[in-house]
Amino acid sequence: MDQKELRELERKCIQDEPPFCKAACPIHVDARLFVGHMARGKLRDARKILDKTMPFPAILGRICDHPCETQCRLKESGDAIAVGALERACITHTTSSKKIFKLPPKDTKIAIIGSGLSALTVALDLTKKGYPIHLFDGAPKPGGTLCDIPASLLPREAIDDAITQLKEGGASITMDTPITPERFETLCDTFDAVYLGYDGKNEGPLGTVFPMDKRGLTNRENLFAGGKIKGNSPVYLAAQGRWAATSMDRYLQKVSMTAGRETEGPVPSRLYTNMKDVVPAPKKMPASPETGYTSDEAEIEARRCIQCECLECVKVCAYLEKHKGSPKAYVRQIYNNLSIVKGTRTINTLINSCNLCGLCETVCPTGFSMADVCHTTRQHMVQIGKMPPSAHEFALLDMTFSNSDDFFLTRHAPEETKSQWLFFPGCQLGGSSPQHVTDAYAYLRKNLHPQTGLMLACCGAPAHWGGDDARLASVMEKIKGAWTTMGKPGLITACSSCQSIFTQFLPEAETVSIWDIMAEKGLPAGSQGTQSQMMPLAIIDPCTARHEKGVQKSVRSLLTDLGTKVEELEHSGEHTECCGFGGNMSNADPAVADEILKRRISQSPLDYVAYCIVCRDHLASAGKRVHHILDLIWPEHTAPNPGFSMRQENRLRLKSTLRETLWHEKCPEAEAYRRIPLQISEDALKTIEGRRILKEDIQKVLHHVKNGGKGLKNPKNGHRLAFYKPLKVTFWVEYEERDDLFVIHNAYCHRMTVAEGGR
Amino acid sequence: MSQMKMTDGPVDWECAHCDTPLSPGKVSLDYMGSRFTVELMRCPTCGFVYIPEDLAMGKMAEVEGILEDK
Repeated sequence: MDQKELRELERKCIQDEPPFCKAACPIHVDARLFVGHMARGKLRDARKILDKTMPFPAILGRICDHPCETQCRLKESGDAIAVGALERACITHTTSSKKIFKLPPKDTKIAIIGSGLSALTVALDLTKKGYPIHLFDGAPKPGGTLCDIPASLLPREAIDDAITQLKEGGASITMDTPITPERFETLCDTFDAVYLGYDGKNEGPLGTVFPMDKRGLTNRENLFAGGKIKGNSPVYLAAQGRWAATSMDRYLQKVSMTAGRETEGPVPSRLYTNMKDVVPAPKKMPASPETGYTSDEAEIEARRCIQCECLECVKVCAYLEKHKGSPKAYVRQIYNNLSIVKGTRTINTLINSCNLCGLCETVCPTGFSMADVCHTTRQHMVQIGKMPPSAHEFALLDMTFSNSDDFFLTRHAPEETKSQWLFFPGCQLGGSSPQHVTDAYAYLRKNLHPQTGLMLACCGAPAHWGGDDARLASVMEKIKGAWTTMGKPGLITACSSCQSIFTQFLPEAETVSIWDIMAEKGLPAGSQGTQSQMMPLAIIDPCTARHEKGVQKSVRSLLTDLGTKVEELEHSGEHTECCGFGGNMSNADPAVADEILKRRISQSPLDYVAYCIVCRDHLASAGKRVHHILDLIWPEHTAPNPGFSMRQENRLRLKSTLRETLWHEKCPEAEAYRRIPLQISEDALKTIEGRRILKEDIQKVLHHVKNGGKGLKNPKNGHRLAFYKPLKVTFWVEYEERDDLFVIHNAYCHRMTVAEGGR
Repeated sequence: MSQMKMTDGPVDWECAHCDTPLSPGKVSLDYMGSRFTVELMRCPTCGFVYIPEDLAMGKMAEVEGILEDK
């Protein structure tokens, strides 16, 4: 990711776009934040927001004509938030504590003609920058059109205070001085810059109007003007003064008059705010319209504010919520993480724990994909050797197992020499529900085509999710080679992840879901209507089938044929959620995967039905009653969530059973370490599985001991303790040898190694 | 972790090979190109080093995570 890509991605996320009220304000008062403070009764904090942005908040805060309210989203279904009245209440009930910091005095001289709001704003902004200000007005009292406002709304002390503030800042104020054309020319000749404030009076103090633009520039080089506003809008008067002050400062500093001023004044906002669940409430009316809101009334009114923001993705994703930000912030953090040469990469977990499910992109108004960002970052980390070894290793080793001789298998159908179709059930169905692979394979040979071959393998999804392109390419090469040897038959998948991988990386193959085939060919004999007595089931669409509308429809059709009443969850179909397995999330951050699981199982009290075996097992692991659709079709073979070790054992057994029963092949005896019998209590197994330690790892340790490996003994309880490091992880096993089996009490692991000679 | 004492005194484990109680000793641990010297219980005869469960799943796992993020 380079700087340009970073900026494009940051721009795509609209969470930090200004709220509509702030964007509509000519001087960009942060009304959302202001109202937020008011809603919590924090009037002093609210006052700070006004003090920070408004010139003379004691004046403008009372009389602002609040164009922000026209853009308030609540206006669409009722009353806009009364920002203007809230500002008035805040000003009435607080005093300013703002300290004015002045820059060192400059040696340029500025003249300001007029003392209305725009002229006073120019004086204030330039005084703060250290310019000596000389203000002249023909009127006997300062304020211009401000003096026309009733004192009940704008107390005259507010104007007096403003003048005092300017004088304290070093401004010289001369009233009752008629500005004749001659005097005007003298001012223009003797001052470095002159501001002419019309402030609502059409002809201004001179009786002539100079052409002027939005930034206050006129057709005379050192003359700036403003305050000529239709309708005499106070906030626009203040804004014109502010813009003119900026122009005068830039003119005197001899810098660009236009650079960086694109967002000056009202701008459109790209922010999205979901109004779906917003219940309109009427505006709170003050008991006394003359004096405005009391503090309590203001708080009630401010509480109606919905604090516009987007966060559409964060609302539906526990992972995005966990890291307490928005994609815009995350993408910057990821960029910084990638830029670290020496030091700690603190957000590797953020990068590696996204489940890549794509829901964020689906719900985002601009289609921002956190999955794409995390995935390309993972690819980059693998390429530069900075991927933490433990992040995806367990899933990758499982993939390696499934593509080793322990599981990998390709065969034409028994007694056939070619294949029209090739059933690819996937490693997870083979691991979790091996008998259903056998059932489904028999169904396909009988109902689709007798020349349906079989391929047992892992599609490479763990490598894809882990950003390991080299490993993915190696898996695809093996699968493609076997598929080509089989005569390039059509591929039938039972897993939407496999389907997604083949669509992307084996596009030359015709790939079809087994659910589409079953929907077309019909359920196996005897299963139609068998579920009609059951309670309705809530359907779980896997995240990798999010955009597979045809597959979603086929599954629903099959369930209907089974007699199942199907309920739709709020998050289903295109908006379905991941179960926490995708993207190797449960390896990289088990806690967030558990949170996702917890939320998913609480979305309906009904039992669930899934057509992804991993969804079934994950949801079942959290205590939810979940059926796989094959559990309903062939119910006698149901056994949810067998665990990591049993999945591998099931795969081994599936391969040998199919070879022996269908192809009458003699299978070699299992390797010696796999024949070591173990006895593990349920509690110990839970701990061991939680540590991602397989029975196979334990058997390797014991095999090592049986072949002369050293160990420890505990004379008090007779337990033994030994270790072995088959690859990168060292496994320790505490055990007892009883008769002809090993009772396993505990197992743990680490990656650090004792240096050579240390043992 | 470098130069840390990781032993909590005598343990119940003895070296099964040498029939000898374990005693504290300096041990070097390696990971991701970093080396740490720590004091662990080991067999004084054959040098077999005992890594207790709470060390492996606690401090060691923590340091492994930090080193992987370097």
